[in-house]
Formats: sequence, C-alpha cells, structure tokens
Amino acid sequence: MNPLQAIGRVFLGFLGTTGRLTLFALNAVRHCFLPPYYPRIMVRQMIEIGYYSLPVVGLTAIFAGMVLALQSYTGFARFSAEGAIANVVVLSITRELAPVLGGLMIAGRVGASMAAEIGTMRVTEQIDALTTLSTNAMKYLVVPRIIAGVVMLPLLIFVADIIGVFGGFLVSVYKLGFNPSIYLQNTWDFLELLDVVSGLVKASVFGFLVALMGCYHGYYSKGGAQGVGAATTNSVVSASILILCFNYILTEAFFGL
Amino acid sequence: MSEPKIQLRGVAKAFGPKKVLTGVDLDVAKGESVVIIGGSGTGKSVTLKCILGLLTPDSGSIKIDGREVTGLSVGERDDINRQVGMLFQGGALFDSLPVWENVAFGLLSRKQCGREEAREIAIKKLAQVGLKPALGDAMPADLSIGMQKRVGLARAIATDPEIIFFDEPTTGLDPIMADMINELIVHVNQEVGATALSISHDMDSARRIGDRIAMLYQGKIVWAGAPGDIDGEVDPVVDQFVHGRVDGPIKMQVRA
Repeated sequence: MNPLQAIGRVFLGFLGTTGRLTLFALNAVRHCFLPPYYPRIMVRQMIEIGYYSLPVVGLTAIFAGMVLALQSYTGFARFSAEGAIANVVVLSITRELAPVLGGLMIAGRVGASMAAEIGTMRVTEQIDALTTLSTNAMKYLVVPRIIAGVVMLPLLIFVADIIGVFGGFLVSVYKLGFNPSIYLQNTWDFLELLDVVSGLVKASVFGFLVALMGCYHGYYSKGGAQGVGAATTNSVVSASILILCFNYILTEAFFGL
Repeated sequence: MSEPKIQLRGVAKAFGPKKVLTGVDLDVAKGESVVIIGGSGTGKSVTLKCILGLLTPDSGSIKIDGREVTGLSVGERDDINRQVGMLFQGGALFDSLPVWENVAFGLLSRKQCGREEAREIAIKKLAQVGLKPALGDAMPADLSIGMQKRVGLARAIATDPEIIFFDEPTTGLDPIMADMINELIVHVNQEVGATALSISHDMDSARRIGDRIAMLYQGKIVWAGAPGDIDGEVDPVVDQFVHGRVDGPIKMQVRA
C-alpha cells in the first residue's frame, strides 16, 4: 500500500465529509425559517432535551462548583486570598464550566440518542417513507431537534449556573467555614452580566452543534445496527470536539484582546 | 393502448464503479399490476426508488402520467407523491407514533383533513386490511411482523393513491399471511383500480398479484409477459429463475 495514497484518501475523505456537513448545516438552517413547522415534535424534543437532562446537568454542575471551591481554597490559602474563592467559583462556572461540561453531557445524552433514533429510521427506510408521504425529513426530523437544542440549552445552562454556584457555596460555608452572607455578597459583587450572557450564548451554540451532529450522523448512517452504532459514536465524539473548539473561539470573541 | 401510467426509458444508475441498472425500459398501463422479479441485488429496489424519487437515475427518463419526474424540485415531487402509496419491505412504520397516526400520516401531512377525521379514515383502512379498531392505539413495536406489514399496507392505501408500489410484499411472512397480503394487493388493484408496481422474488406471489411479470437481469428488463406465459419461456435466464435452479446462466455472485 502506497502511503501517499493512504494520506490522500484520508484527506479527500475529510474534505468530502466537511463539504457534506456544511451543506447539511446550511440546508437545516434554511429549513428552520421555512414553514411548515411541527410544533408537537418540537415540544417533545424540548422536553427531552430540557427537562429530562436536568438531573444529569444539575449533578455535573453541583460537583463542578463544589470541587472548584475546594481546589481554589487549597491554592488561595497560601496567599491568604481565601476571599477570592467566591469570585473564582462564580466566574468559572458561568463563563466556562457550566456551558462546557453541560454541553459535553448533553452531547452524550441527547446527541447520541438523536443519532441512534434518526439512524435507525434511516436503515429501516422510515426516512424514505417520510418522503413518500410528502413530508420533508429535514423539516420533520432535523429542524425540531436543532431549534430545541438552540432554545433549551441556554435555559438548562442557566439553571446549571445557579446550581454550580450553590455547590461552591455549600463547600465554602459547611466545609471551609465561610460566612454565608459574605460569600453570597462576594459572589454577587463580582458577577457581571457579560459573564452569564457569554455562557448562555455558548450554550446556545453548543446546543446547535450537538443537535446538528446527532442529526447529521444519524441521517447519513448506513449498514444496519453496526452503522447506527458508528453514527452514535461519531456524533458524540464530533460534537464534543466541536464544543471544545467553539468554546475557545467564542471565548476569544467575547473576552479576547 | 392509451398513455402508460408509468414509463421508464433507458434508466441507468451506478453506485461508484458498480453499475446496477444499465437501461431499464418498462411500461405500466393504468390499472395494471406489474411485478418485477429478479434475484437479490439485481436492482429491483433501486428501480423502485428511482421511480419514487428517492434516488436520481444517472440517465434515462421516468414518466408518470406522461410527466417527466426525474430532476423535479422537492415541491413538484410532492405533487407526484400525493397520488402514490408505498409499502416498504420491512413496513417502515414510524415507531414513535401509534398505529392510527402511522396510517393517517399522509392525510395529516398533506392537511387533507383534521385529526378526528384522519383517525376515522385510519380505523376504516385498518379494517380493510383485517385489523381491529382497538389496534389503532397500539405502538408499531408491539405488533407482529405480519401485522406491521398490514399496517404498512393500510398506510399505503390511506390516501387512496392512484399508484401503489410494493417492495417485496410477502418476504418474511408465513404462507398464510403471505397469501392474505397477496389477496389484499389483488383487491386494491382490481376493486379500487389503482395501478400497482411490485418487486418480488417470490414466484407464487408474482403469479397471484401480477397481470404482467417483468424479469430484471444485469440491469435490464430481459423478459416481460403474462404470468401464464412465463412457465413455457425458453429464455434460459427466465427459465432458471422461475424454476429456481442452481445451474444456468445466472451465477450466484458470492462477492459483489
């Protein structure tokens, strides 16, 4: 096997996938603005993404907040700067940890199930059946999921912000012996609107990415159970990488010099 | 003969280097039932998907009611699909929806009626395929394969289409269930007057439901004629397939 051939094949494959994904994304966004809509399905997806993900995202947030307080105490105690813990917790949670960790959890929970569901529909010809029944699969399957992701993730992450800060509060007050009202006062004083807003914008973008990856990999899956399995894996992996990548880009856009 | 309902001329389709169809010519008259037979992997499903617009042929023309349907926009395609029903091989029921909504899906998506009325029509269609009204609220996953197939048939006929496609209608069914499906197809074809195009490799079924049988081999229709003529056919390809012999011009391709 010629190694150049192998490199070329991988490279061409990558370009092909990028092109197909871009077209899929543009097509999906275009259909988001064209009726008909399917409100029943959209509501079902919103409940699935927003409500049923609450425990997972809430647990992630509370432990993230708790460990953050504990770790920053270890660091700041050396400089007698324990007062900055509230500051560190609230900034880290709202700007980074809640949206990124929440997004990753959603990629695992929601993106995977989207890919599996749509992938199964593809291999059992249900997507073909939609077409023969005059229903655009893009509008019926993809658009409700993408809109649900874009709308629900910020709400979810807003809740995660509160729970995360509460986690930091719990550890600071009950383990590290801070005065609760001073801790809350510090939190409130340091918090700026942009910290929360930037986190929620990130969440919205991540919601789009997770839904897009889940739908894309499911939509183009082939080859029975194994193909659906591969689609599920690929959707989670690609969504996770994209989340981390776009997290940097968005942080640069919001706070970069 | 008046204008054919479905007309295929020189339809070719290749997937990469693999040429599946090399020039299919086929006419289906209005109200006629044609069965395409052929071995596995000879492109029967591809032919059907090309006519349905799920695949675009590389070349050739497909006309429905004299109207060219290859390369139509999505909206124009929907107009064509309004008069088309399709029974998929595995049923392809939407497993997130109850049975009645599956049957009424076409009615609801085309906004031909409200949900109440759609439900009534769905129950009626279920009765036509021999299923009880109570099944309307069941989920597809709770049904046996044979029942799923019947629900699929009810869905295909729910909008009273002029053309119905059947993809391997009897594959994977026991003989009694297969016969029942055959009977339903004959009923739909003869009493409702719909044009039917089926693909099958089940010769018994093909004889029962077809007014005419067409044999697909190496990407072309190599033989077409009445079911009664097929047994006396001297063409070695047809003869071998009809009688299911291992020896003959058709070699089983173990590798694609």
